[in-house]
Order: sequence, then structure tokens, then C-alpha cells
Amino acid sequence: MSDVIFVGFPYVAVALAVLVGIYRYRSDTFSYSSFSSQLLENQKLFWGSALWHYAVVLILLAHFIAFLLPPLWGGIIGGPLRFPLEALGLILSLVGFVALGWLMMRRFSTRRIYVVTTRMDWVVVGLLLFQMLFGFVISLSYRWGGEWFVSSTAPWLWSLVTFNPKPEYVTAFPFLIQLHFFTGFLLIALFPFSRLVHLVAFPIGYLWRPYQRVIWNRAPRPGPGFRTS
Amino acid sequence: MDIRAQVSMVFHLDKCIGCHTCSIACKNIWTDRQGTEYMWWNNVETKPGTGYPTQWEDQEKYKGGWERDSRGRLKLKLQGRAGALTNIFYNPSLPTLDDYYEPWTYDYKNLFDAPEGDDQPTARAVSLVTGDFMDTLEAGPNWDDDMGGSEVYAANDPNILKSLSESEQQSLKNLEQTVFFYLPRICNHCLNPGCVAACPTGAIYKRGEDGIVLISQNRCRAWRMCVSGCPYKKTYFNWSTGKSEKCILCYPRLESGQPPACFHSCVGRIRYIGMVLYDADGIEQAARSPDDGLVDAQRALIKDPYDPEVIAGAKRNGIGDAVVTAAQNSPVYKFVKRWGLALPLHPEFRTMPMLFYVPPLLPVIAAIRDGQYETTAGMETAPADETGPNLNTVDKARIPMQYMASLFTAGNVDKIKHVYHKLVAVRMYMRSEQVGDQKEEDVQEALRRADLTPEQCISIFELTSLPTFEERFVVPPMERERAMDGELPPLDPYSRKAAGGFGFRDAPARRF
Repeated sequence: MSDVIFVGFPYVAVALAVLVGIYRYRSDTFSYSSFSSQLLENQKLFWGSALWHYAVVLILLAHFIAFLLPPLWGGIIGGPLRFPLEALGLILSLVGFVALGWLMMRRFSTRRIYVVTTRMDWVVVGLLLFQMLFGFVISLSYRWGGEWFVSSTAPWLWSLVTFNPKPEYVTAFPFLIQLHFFTGFLLIALFPFSRLVHLVAFPIGYLWRPYQRVIWNRAPRPGPGFRTS
Repeated sequence: MDIRAQVSMVFHLDKCIGCHTCSIACKNIWTDRQGTEYMWWNNVETKPGTGYPTQWEDQEKYKGGWERDSRGRLKLKLQGRAGALTNIFYNPSLPTLDDYYEPWTYDYKNLFDAPEGDDQPTARAVSLVTGDFMDTLEAGPNWDDDMGGSEVYAANDPNILKSLSESEQQSLKNLEQTVFFYLPRICNHCLNPGCVAACPTGAIYKRGEDGIVLISQNRCRAWRMCVSGCPYKKTYFNWSTGKSEKCILCYPRLESGQPPACFHSCVGRIRYIGMVLYDADGIEQAARSPDDGLVDAQRALIKDPYDPEVIAGAKRNGIGDAVVTAAQNSPVYKFVKRWGLALPLHPEFRTMPMLFYVPPLLPVIAAIRDGQYETTAGMETAPADETGPNLNTVDKARIPMQYMASLFTAGNVDKIKHVYHKLVAVRMYMRSEQVGDQKEEDVQEALRRADLTPEQCISIFELTSLPTFEERFVVPPMERERAMDGELPPLDPYSRKAAGGFGFRDAPARRF
């Protein structure tokens, strides 16, 4: 059973995310959109969207650092920064949870927003809400979770990356943490089938692209553009 | 010199009767789909008025266009580059649907299906967004139509608030001085577009061959910065597909040699459309000019299509002979460059808009005298024996010149007055020719003041009052087909499919 949940399913989820994500981008580029609803409702969106996104970006960043550089993370979490980081994580997960709940309420209670919400939107936002709740409860009740990440979670993930899967790293974890893993990979699996694809559309290139874009049907010379700052 | 071609338009506002036929033609072709019902790529506003979306000209609210910083550099009023990424989760300057209006239809079915009763059945308004009944309709397209003098609409026109003193504002509310005119607006297909610069993804682009600004529907990711970045509020967000859309200057029609629908349907024949050649190397410099120099700087970008150097530059950029010939016969070039009659709308937004307006003379000179509406009088003080336009017309204008300057010359009153002097001179000269009741020395003085010759007056008169369709529409078919097989290496027609325009084959509907 643990092979299915902690080996098979992660592989399937990531394969789906990458392959279907690329296929969708190539065959249906039009569907890549964040589907902003700000035009229809502006007031409630501010607190919900800004807080949610900043909270979840920071939380994901911490997860990624811990995954990519376990020794670094272990050093930080074992040092004097442990308590502030734990407190920050707890606050962020609470903020993220509340902001997402707020956004869900907005979708439910504002008619204009309700009518542009698809079934997949509800599934994704529901899963994210649970995932945030799990994370919050974990950070509250298993204070050594940060170290577990270094000693067990990261080796398990790396064992998957190196195609030498070792699910035994995580089979002994409390149920809630295992559920957190499962929901995480479920969200990855749903990524290419939902509006979550807007994650990879983040326009970082705006920092350096020229302001103006000119396209010639046939290029007589390189399309000029100018920078103004 | 980097010569490019631009399809450009002139609106002769004296001829606009405010019938909205252009808006309807556009809507029927392009924006009758779900999510676009509230969009009017072409709309006609009453000025003074608040416009659509409400008070769109107030850039302190909407942050559209460019501004010069303290060192004279150009920057987007909306935000810097890093600001675009940090505001991406919530754009603080985005207009909401209520700044436009909630689109609706009527429950016509009830007129047929209502059970027999004592009262006539009614067709209630139904929202096109939610499908719910709407009890009160508080705003709609052209809600301020013909509301000159209104306390709600005209009085809140950002130009009025910005350019006129308290007493001038008050005087416009007097019934005898109530005045308005119409302002048709489409996308300006700017040389320095704010929407292109504001788009984080780079989904918006200007076409080199004809200057049309388009949003790639495939690349748009709904970051919605273009809606804020455009100071004219001519990019719109489609709430149904999650993509921004805007006027495409009917490029599929232009490419096959037809004029845009708004142009073609114009009842007053106020529109002129033609090619102009401009120097793209000078755009940035021109856009950085001080406020009162913006109109001249933009005119200087438009080059003489007979100049051999300009023609050679056009050839270098692959601009065909047909386009150069069209530029030489362009009515736009005449109105904008040769006669200096047509002005850009709000040049102070610094996007270098490429639609131009001949400011209206009639509402300026018309007045009520002895209870009669007199369209040719100067305001109230003109002597009874003095008919027609005269040398004092502009100084006695019913609309303060500051107001017109705020619309068309970035507040430069001398510049707008000069244009009005030209319009008055043409009237006086033609009237002296055809009615013969003008004093010869007055006519000579008017011509001198306006820098016009009698020959120019006749040309202006003819292109204003008697143009044929072929004189108003001087655009060659855009020769897209030549890009695929011509003297140049063939281009696979599908190679740019994903890169630009509306070129996709799946229904543009939401799928996830």
C-alpha cells in the first residue's frame, strides 16, 4: 500500500503535471490563464488574493529550500532561527488558510464570481484549503517537523528523484503528515487540469524585456524596442 | 531613420451627429460574445461628460499612460517593472465592471409566455453576467448621452474639473450656455502604447506593416495590467475567457481592402482613414517632450511621403509601393501635417495616439440670440448686423478654449486657438466666395492669422464637405498574401499561428 501512495502516486502525479502540462501548452495555449476575477469583484479580492498568494509563495519557498538543500535547512532549523521560523511558518499557514477561506466565501457569496467558477475551481480551492489546514495543524502539533523534513522527507523525495524509491523513510510518519504528502501530490496531479497552470506563467521576463514589441509579418530588420528605465 | 507605416484615422467632429451607428456596427461584428457584452471597442461620448468607463480621463484614479520623472525620463504611470510583479495578485488601479456598467438584456420571452392577467406583461432586465433579474439599471453605455450641462455628468468631466475655474464651470451650467459635442473613440493604435509596455507577459504587440496594436489571445495570461496601462481605457478584460481584448482596427477587413466597420457605417461621414509614414527612431524622444511641445513633436514624427529619403527608408523596411502611394494621397496626412487641423486626443498621456480629431467649430460658435438658436453667431455680443463667423468668433467661444486645449493639446491654449483660427478662416473665405457678405480686409486678416492660402481653404473645404468614399478611405489591401508568396522567401502561413492575433482554431471559450 505504501508503495502505491509514496512511490507510484508521486511518479504518476509528476508525470501528469509535466506531460499533460506540456501537451496542454502546445495544443491549447489559449487555456493558459490565471482567469482573474478582479474585474467582477474588487473589494473582497484585495485581502484574500494578496494575502493568500504572498503566504503560499513563502511557504512553498521554505518547502523547496528544505527539499533542495536539506543540510542548509537543517543548519538553519537547528540554530537560533528555529523559533522565529517556526512562528513565521505557523502565522503564514494561518494567514494562508484564512485568506483562502475568505476567497472561497467570496466565490460562494458573490453572484458574479459564483457564475464564473467551474467545478474544477471548487475542487482545487477545497484541496488547497485542506492542505493549508493540514500544514497548520502539523506545524502546531509536531514542532519537530522541520527536522523530520531534513532527516526523512527530503531523503524520501530525493530517492524518488534518483529513481531509487525508499518509501520506508515516511511510512512511520503520523497519518496527518502522510495525508499532507498525499494531498500535495494530488494537487500536482491536478495542476495540468486546472487553472493552477498560471504558476508557470509567472512573467518574470517583464523585468528585462523592452517595453515596446513590434512584430513584422516579414522581418526587414530586428524588431526594435526601447527601454525607458 | 526607421520608417514604418501606420493606418491612421481622422475624425471631423463638426460632422459627428452622435448616432452611435459606428458603435453598433462594431458591436455586431466583434463584441456580441459572452464576456464582451460590456465592451465597446468603438464608443461615442458626449463632451463635456464623464465618458466610458466613468471618468476614464482621470489618470490619478486609473494610472494610465506615461509620465516624465524628475530627470525627464519616461515611465509608466501605473508602476515600474518590479511593481508589475508585486501587484500581479491584485491590481490596485483596475476599473471594475461597475466603472463600465453591468450588461443586460430583457426577458422578452415573458411577453409571449406570461399567463393571462389584468396587467400587460413586462420584459424585465436580465443581467448578462449573472443571469439574474436587475431591478434598477444604474448605468449603461452612453448613460451621459446629450447630458451637457448636467450636474451629474458634464460637471464631473475630468477636463472641466482640471482646466476651468469655479466661475467658468458655473457658467457652463446656464441653460443658454449649455453646450456639448460628440467624441467617437476607438483604440488609438499608439506609437508608444501603454498597454504594450504594461503587459507583463509581452502578449501585446504593434504590427510593423500597418501599426495595428493587437493582443495575442494565446499569450495573454489575464494579468490585466494592459487595462490599467491604457490611458484611453480601450483594452478590456473578457471575464468569460480570462483574456484581454481590444479594437483590432478590423484588420481582417483591411487586409482584404475593406475599411473598418466603424468607418464604413459612419452616417455623418466624419471619418478619414489613410496611411502615414513615421520615423520609429524618434518615438521615445518625442514622447519625452514637455507638455506644450507634444503635439508638434508627434507631427514631426510623421514624415513627408514624397521625400526620397523617406521613400528609401520605407523600401528598406519592406514597405510596398502601394503603401507609399497611399501615404502620398493620405487624407490623414493632409489634415494632420499639411493643414495642421487635426489633433491627437490627450497627447499628455504620452502614448503618441495615432487617431486625430478636427475640433468642432459649431458648438463653439453657436449661441441663443433673441430666443433663436443661431449656429453661425459669435456668442451673445455679436452685433445684430454681423452674421456668420468673424474674427472675434474664437475669443467669444461658448466653450472655454481651456477645455478644448485640455482635450486636444495638453493644455496649450495657443495651439488649439490656432486650429480654430484656421477653421474660422476657411468659413470666412468660403462665405466671402459664395455669399459675398464678408469684408475683404477681414478675410485677408483671418487668412493671415491662420497661415492659410485661398487654395488651401478650398482644398480644406472640399475634403471636409464634398469628399468621395475613395478620398476618405485611402488604404491599399494590406497584402498579407505577399508575405507568403511574393518576391520574398515564402513564409509558412501557420508558422505565426500561435504568436499573434486571433489565429486559433479551437473555440475561444473557457475549458478549465
